[in-house]
Amino acid sequence: MAVLDILDLSVSYTTPRGDLKALRGVSLSVPQRRIVGIVGESGCGKSTLISAIIRLMAPNAQIRSGSIRLKGAEILELSEAQMRALRGAEISMVFQDPMQTHNPVLTVGRQMIDIQYRDKLSKTEKRKRAAGMLALVGIPDPEARLNQYPFEFSGGMRQRIAIAMALMAKPALLIADEPTTALDATLEVQIIKRLRELQEEVGCSILFISHHLGVIAELCDEVVVMYAGEVVESGSVRDVFHNPAHPYTRALLDCDPGHIKVRTRNLPTIPGNIPDLVHLPQGCIFAGRCDKRHDACAARPDMATVNPSHHAACHLIAVRETA
Amino acid sequence: MSTLLQIRDVRVRFRVRGGIFSSAGSIDAVSGVSLKIEEGTTCGIVGESGSGKTTLARAVAGLHHATSGSILYRGQELRDLPEAEFRKLRREIVMMFQDPIGSLSPRLSIKSLITEPFRIQGIKGRDLDAEAKRLLAMVGLPPEFAARYPYQISGGQARRVGVARALALDPKLLIADEPTAGLDVSIQGEMLNLLARLQDELGLAIMIITHNLSVVRHITDRVGIMYLGKLVEEGETETVFARPQHPYTLALLAANPEADPDAQLMRVELKGEPPSILRRPDGCEFHTRCPFAQPKCAAEVPAWEVSGEAAHRCHFPASWAQSEGRTA
Repeated sequence: MAVLDILDLSVSYTTPRGDLKALRGVSLSVPQRRIVGIVGESGCGKSTLISAIIRLMAPNAQIRSGSIRLKGAEILELSEAQMRALRGAEISMVFQDPMQTHNPVLTVGRQMIDIQYRDKLSKTEKRKRAAGMLALVGIPDPEARLNQYPFEFSGGMRQRIAIAMALMAKPALLIADEPTTALDATLEVQIIKRLRELQEEVGCSILFISHHLGVIAELCDEVVVMYAGEVVESGSVRDVFHNPAHPYTRALLDCDPGHIKVRTRNLPTIPGNIPDLVHLPQGCIFAGRCDKRHDACAARPDMATVNPSHHAACHLIAVRETA
Repeated sequence: MSTLLQIRDVRVRFRVRGGIFSSAGSIDAVSGVSLKIEEGTTCGIVGESGSGKTTLARAVAGLHHATSGSILYRGQELRDLPEAEFRKLRREIVMMFQDPIGSLSPRLSIKSLITEPFRIQGIKGRDLDAEAKRLLAMVGLPPEFAARYPYQISGGQARRVGVARALALDPKLLIADEPTAGLDVSIQGEMLNLLARLQDELGLAIMIITHNLSVVRHITDRVGIMYLGKLVEEGETETVFARPQHPYTLALLAANPEADPDAQLMRVELKGEPPSILRRPDGCEFHTRCPFAQPKCAAEVPAWEVSGEAAHRCHFPASWAQSEGRTA
């Protein structure tokens, strides 16, 4: 059974211009002990999706349809109190900016002890667990460092502390929202390696959000590509990156400058802009920017099967099957 | 081709206030950097946070005072140039700042923003409407944008406005601090293409400050890698990418994972975190994180070795012929 199952989720924001349909019919699942990556550019709905999973949505956001199941139980029907019991215990999260995730006026030790409030352990035992967790994420001399304040740690270390805290309660699902974006490249590599090791050790599943294709390729087992509020492609990292079926995925991979081995002064781009999500265009959401656009694109494509674990929402796949 | 900018042994020192446990002292954010930019070429400065790359750029633009060394722009010494003199030069040396939206005043329309340089430099008798239109067209924005305000445009568009403003007075040297940070990959390409095109059209020299090596590869002619305020490697971009010598350059190249799960990565992994610039390590400053460090590295400062089109500062540079026998 999958740890997280999202089915046909649609979320809208009420705005003065009308309903902004930020997510439309999004389905994805995170299997046990797997790392699933979500890629997509600004405005693709990544953040709305996360806020729906942890049910911390903006006041003007509304879930129009769909379901979110955590270990089979529907999250969208839980009361606020039940939801609070879930956050931090079953689902936990690592945020983008490590400089702002900690309380600046409390020691790291105090914060790490405080978040164990659910456990019936003595303070000494909790402190010991906190030190153990810091050691696990690779912070040297953890006992002494528990007495320090967040400002005494560098950005890379603060992000590791955030990961340690998120994994403290051994959650079933860890959501990591661009956890390495604010870090330098060499530290990014360290964090990613550490996340992989921790995932194996704690045995949780990870939903990893990033716009960095290289990081997704390195860390994740499966990947979901989102565009303008829809899932356009999903599958194993190998299938999707080696054999992208959706033109958007292909364009995105082509744009990655790390991908281009021959020096060029004319880098590939994706011309055009994301469509207006208040007044949605008819048909395929990517058609306006797609170089493979044809008559069929006037109708919205269904998710087509490339192989049993690789799907993409593009009319061209159906054509390929029948041909 | 002639040399536009020649930087020699530039040092930028900041005083630090003493805390309870530390005494007052000084740090060298830029510690003896030398490099040269030819007219019409692009030079990339790469390094991680705190490596001093932005400080170096700001010293060239006259926004920080260089403590020692020399910054020659077309033969004219910029260090110790009085502010009034420097202001005239800002027609020729312009800077694009890192935060695209934050560097635009929220109360000014795009037209006012991109024609502000004319007012600041006291250039009269120009039709500002026509200039705004010309500049917007140059960076690929529609003329209607002149009437908009910064909050009405996207991050990518704000960068274009930043380029338009920087190029308003037809400068010779553009200093671009992280021109693509925070942009989506598709827009990042647009921005770099724009800079390359404008360089070809206007004969501009560009100094690009970035932490992203793959950005540098396509757009620069030469690249310098900075660590703790010093250049550790510098050379022709192609040479540095094909045969990196310094272990830090190797690590940066390896730290740029490819979008291919089967990519065979030459993993050069660094230990720990960058040391504080307040406590510079002895010897080679990189030895605390270097996977190849030897006892000599902690004791002796490596010299700046020039070989062909590249130079580096390392006791044990990657020797490409025998790299097989090397163990991390």
